[in-house]
Amino acid sequence: MSTEMITRRQFLIVALAAPTAAKAQVDPNLAANRKAAFQAALRKVVGDAQVRTGRVKLTLPPLIDNGNSVPLSVAVESPMTEADHVKAIHVLTEKNPLPDVVTVALGPRAGRASFATRVRLADTQTVTAIAQMSDGSFWSDGAEVVVTLSACLEEGLI
Amino acid sequence: MARAVVTVPPRAKRGEVVEIRTLAQHAMETGFRRTQTGEVIPRDIIRTFTCTYNGVEVCRVELHPAIAANPLIAFTTVATESGTLSFQWVGDNGYTVTEIALIKVE
Repeated sequence: MSTEMITRRQFLIVALAAPTAAKAQVDPNLAANRKAAFQAALRKVVGDAQVRTGRVKLTLPPLIDNGNSVPLSVAVESPMTEADHVKAIHVLTEKNPLPDVVTVALGPRAGRASFATRVRLADTQTVTAIAQMSDGSFWSDGAEVVVTLSACLEEGLI
Repeated sequence: MARAVVTVPPRAKRGEVVEIRTLAQHAMETGFRRTQTGEVIPRDIIRTFTCTYNGVEVCRVELHPAIAANPLIAFTTVATESGTLSFQWVGDNGYTVTEIALIKVE
């Protein structure tokens, strides 16, 4: 009997606490919110222009043990002349707490449109790289990655 | 003390595309982590990186919390003339680091 009481009490405590705890914990990470944030970030980058696939090569390891430091490189096919060059490269993610990862502004002085860095990835997801050309067109490439240990969302104790 | 390392080839042929690698010492605190007592650790990241070649901007990077600690930035430039490449990192809480490298073009 007493065990049942405790169980019920525990259940009630958990049940009453759940909505507030869930709201604080889960809400900003809801798939829908993140999708909306990604779309907003994408619109901010490209505006109303159409994004075509191709010309961009995004390289990421397909399987990542530790999402805290993932080598990422982007290369864009472009002659990089004054008349035809890559103006900017944007990298966006779908499931990180913030969709923006990095924005690189380039010009003909870069010689080649290539860039490398190391990023944090919170989850198994598709990473998108978008190249903004001097003629106003946008090209993109996506890379699907599997992350076993997530960055950002782990305990973060110091 | 904040430190940064840049790797630039000391000499290059005119018109050659050279690779530049930079590494800055920075924790890149995301602002999403919490301490043991549940307080959010405030964001502290490098916001922008710029590279100029004899005063001409070659590359400008906007960094976000999704960049790993001790950010590596690798890019390329055309060796046009002998001179100075200067690099600047600017971040939260007054973080500013400037580094220069010399390149000889023949």
